[in-house]
Amino acid sequence: MARTTSAPVDAPAIRTPAADAADASGLGRRRALTFVAPALLLIAVFLVLPALWTLYLGLTNYRLTGLEAANPEVVGTANYSSALKDPEFHDALGRTLLFVFGSAVIGQNLLGFALAWSLRSVRRWVRTAVEAVVLVAWILPGAVVAWLWIAFLEDQGGTLNAILHTPGSDWWFDHPMGALIVFNIWRGTAFSMMLFAAALSSVPPSQLEAARLAGASGWRQLRDVVIPSIRGHILTNTLLISLWTFNDFTPYLITKGEPHGASAVLPVYIYLTALPGERLGFASAISLIMLLINLVLALMYVGVLRRRPA
Amino acid sequence: MSGATLSARVVVRRIGFYVFVGLVTAFFALPMLWLVTAPFSARPGFSVDWPDFTLANFTSLTENTDALPSLYNSAVLSLWTMAVTVTAAALAAYALSRVRIPGRDGLLYLLLLLSSVITGTAAMVPIFQLMFTLRLLDKDVGVILVLTGGLLPAAIFILKDFMDGMPRSYEESARVFGAGPLQVLGHVVLPNVRPGLATIAVWAVVQVWGNFLMPFLLYRSPEKQPAAVTLNTFYTQGGQPNLALISTFSLLYSIPVVIMFLFVSRRYGFRFHGGVKA
Repeated sequence: MARTTSAPVDAPAIRTPAADAADASGLGRRRALTFVAPALLLIAVFLVLPALWTLYLGLTNYRLTGLEAANPEVVGTANYSSALKDPEFHDALGRTLLFVFGSAVIGQNLLGFALAWSLRSVRRWVRTAVEAVVLVAWILPGAVVAWLWIAFLEDQGGTLNAILHTPGSDWWFDHPMGALIVFNIWRGTAFSMMLFAAALSSVPPSQLEAARLAGASGWRQLRDVVIPSIRGHILTNTLLISLWTFNDFTPYLITKGEPHGASAVLPVYIYLTALPGERLGFASAISLIMLLINLVLALMYVGVLRRRPA
Repeated sequence: MSGATLSARVVVRRIGFYVFVGLVTAFFALPMLWLVTAPFSARPGFSVDWPDFTLANFTSLTENTDALPSLYNSAVLSLWTMAVTVTAAALAAYALSRVRIPGRDGLLYLLLLLSSVITGTAAMVPIFQLMFTLRLLDKDVGVILVLTGGLLPAAIFILKDFMDGMPRSYEESARVFGAGPLQVLGHVVLPNVRPGLATIAVWAVVQVWGNFLMPFLLYRSPEKQPAAVTLNTFYTQGGQPNLALISTFSLLYSIPVVIMFLFVSRRYGFRFHGGVKA
């Protein structure tokens, strides 16, 4: 952490011959630190400090209003032990695992790969068109896609019921988690598709050709040639989309956790506990658990990244 | 005989293949249809119908007291966050790219790690608390700083990549002519990494433009809210969602993101930078 926090000043060029060899820009170590300082300061205060603060808040009985708001007491690990015993928290965690596993690890991964694999052999305009449609689902703002999916699955007049001839089926009410999983496959597959498309273009054509000449079927080519050579990409992709799905707040925009918390994934559960529920200490304890899960996923990701320089 | 069955099998497989591609495309396209039909429909519902084309919804949108101001708020929030992020990230990335600061590589990976671990959703409670304590709730500057803090690590990481790719001889020759470090940065380095700056700028704007949670959490007054939050407040007096307003506003709110995305992918291609959603 840089100690200097002042803004970089426009100083006349001072050549420091000693540093020149490794420093073509003539910045010098001290000015370099001044350049880095504003960014590090912002990151330290608005990113790192909140994470550390979670540790402390989780140890208190902090509430938004009432006696505990003025004088929060340190209650030790009570929040953590009650969170770990809390059936609502267990349910939210279970739903989140289902959500991440179903929509990201399985759904986006498989559909993204299937799309990337099939789009290699179609005409250019077909490929461009399909990719564009998939990408738009990914780049639209979350608040918009939430309304699109509320409308799409609406019981009266929603497009899905019109297609399936099942008027009156209330998908968001009857199958909230299933609907969220399908929604998130729709929302996020673009990333996997693009990543796998890039990965597949790096598989040496000669190897595929050799496998084809040896009489390997499409499946065998996939299993014996393609999958082994893009294994790193599959791992990277799985970790990233899991991390993003795990931290996605869009489910709140669609269902607000309804009906009766049946669609409250962990981010929604934290929000409902912390703000409408006003139990900030308890919510902080859950936040910390979430940060730790993020940390495990991100450590694995950085580990993969460092081993395999892009 | 076997030739005929083989080609029949190839045909069947080809058909199956196109059915698959068609179904998947339909799956992605169908939920979006509503966004292009409902805004032009005289009485929009949840269904997708061929609209009895009208622009009345756009007229009534301009009359709504929250709609256009919230788009303006989104633009202000995005541009400020983008400006602070790009400035701070460019300075830091340049220094980290050119000067051997002890522990630099470790710092870069730590930054990347932090930005993916400390997400808005995981840290919403302490962020709310921090802004409450700093008396920055309901202030633009608070939201801008929090958003900047979240975007900076990835921005530095990506920009350093671009700066590393720039030959040092440019700077050396500029220095021979007596340019100071800030002149070198402004006249030599930044023009050379323009694609990187543009990528970061567009990426930051798109991230902020679409962000719902932070403004939702940190603003108290409805008139300060950006479009992402305002889109969830369009209800009729009977408590029903005002679909004319919602669909029309959704369309207007989405267009800038799609245009910016097209601009970047046309101009610089689709690239992966350490898994950043760019």
